[in-house]
Amino acid sequence: MIISGGNLDKTIKIKILDLDFWYGTFQALKKINASITEKKITALIGPSGCGKSTLLRVFNRMNDFIEGVRTEGSVEIDGKEILGPSVDLVSLRKNVGMVFQRPNPFPLSVYENIVFGLRIHRDHLSKREYDNMVEKSLKSVLLWDELKDRLKKPALSLSLEQKQRLCIARLIAVKSDVLLMDEPCSTLDPQSTAKIEELMIELKKDYTIIIVTHNMQQASRISDDTGFMLLGELVEFGKTKSIFTAPSDKRTEDYITGRYG
Amino acid sequence: MHRHFDDELQGLNQELIKMSEMVKTAINHSVTALDQRDRQMAEEVISKDNEIDLMEIHIDEVCIDLIAKHQPMASDLRLITTGMKINADLERMADLAVNICQRVLEIVNQDPITPPADISKLSLMAENMINDSITAFIESNLQMAKQVMTSDDQADKLRNDIKEDLLKNYMEKDPSTSRRAVALLLITRHLERICDHATYVAEEVIYLMKGKIVKHHFQELP
Repeated sequence: MIISGGNLDKTIKIKILDLDFWYGTFQALKKINASITEKKITALIGPSGCGKSTLLRVFNRMNDFIEGVRTEGSVEIDGKEILGPSVDLVSLRKNVGMVFQRPNPFPLSVYENIVFGLRIHRDHLSKREYDNMVEKSLKSVLLWDELKDRLKKPALSLSLEQKQRLCIARLIAVKSDVLLMDEPCSTLDPQSTAKIEELMIELKKDYTIIIVTHNMQQASRISDDTGFMLLGELVEFGKTKSIFTAPSDKRTEDYITGRYG
Repeated sequence: MHRHFDDELQGLNQELIKMSEMVKTAINHSVTALDQRDRQMAEEVISKDNEIDLMEIHIDEVCIDLIAKHQPMASDLRLITTGMKINADLERMADLAVNICQRVLEIVNQDPITPPADISKLSLMAENMINDSITAFIESNLQMAKQVMTSDDQADKLRNDIKEDLLKNYMEKDPSTSRRAVALLLITRHLERICDHATYVAEEVIYLMKGKIVKHHFQELP
């Protein structure tokens, strides 16, 4: 059975069918079925170790870096299978970018951070084209006004929130259309968190965003659909509004009301 | 896992039960004042309304505090939002009891006219509907909440019968009874509004238990 995010009339961006995942002999994901809608924010919630980050990393095959992992089932993005051995992982990871818990800009200038991915993926851009892309990407994450006169400044000297925005801008520059965010605000203060959340809401006009978060309020504030995971299972997946007001599964209810454990 | 939050929610429940007892007493006394033409009892209901108003404010503050402190979700959120709405309904019912008593005071010194028998029936129905809706809330009794909702149509019918009776048998036949008949007509309207509020409480109980908004009949009863 496919569990849809409750937006049946919208385009499905990612389709997950009977997905199982193992770290060696430990099964981290069990028969996951879900459809993730395009240009929406989907939140994955659940207690630590439930498999939500593992699931997130399936979408750009980041788990492949870990030895002894095994995946079964199917994940399609835009109708194309991404789990097969012939998948071009560089291209996949360009289209499906990832933002991590701790912002990780390269030890380069702001400008070079943005153009780094472009230089890898596109060989023949002029200086003007690079400049335009830097401006466009920084504008998308609302950093342009702050940094336009300091593009040569080392990215590592930015505030945590600016670094996180810069990391998102890097993905925008290489034209990722799915943004995976693994607890992107967990190291930020409430004010910076609010700014990143505002940015995410802006970005969903053009991007499909999947966020893993431990912050229930954040999931309820920004996401359109929410999936609750427990012990490797996707227990419930649906409209965020329903999940946080009237979940249908008692395990979801217990978790989001703090009764779990 | 035990949560301190549960104790606070239990506290909110207790406050609502206390409020509902105060309101039930006010309505019961207003109906008794009408039955027995008891001026003192009517005045007492009016003067005690202030306590119910203060209680309403207190419960609102408890709810706002719980939302601010705990940012509740799911059934916790439903309990608190339902609690706020039930609180408002109860306070409105108490106001209607005051309105009944004000009408009683208008007619208490005039020669009585024989009130239509259905007024007693309607007042009994109002009291039963409040009792049942509050019991449904306290006991999370879905069936009882549904029953209250179906009783509302009977209350509407009774009000119409009483209105026709007062118009035809009093106001049209003997215009000198108009002032007293109008007071009874208004009392009937107040009783019927109390039944409406009991119905709203029942609808809230259904939302609390099932997460479905059933008011205005846009959704089927679960």
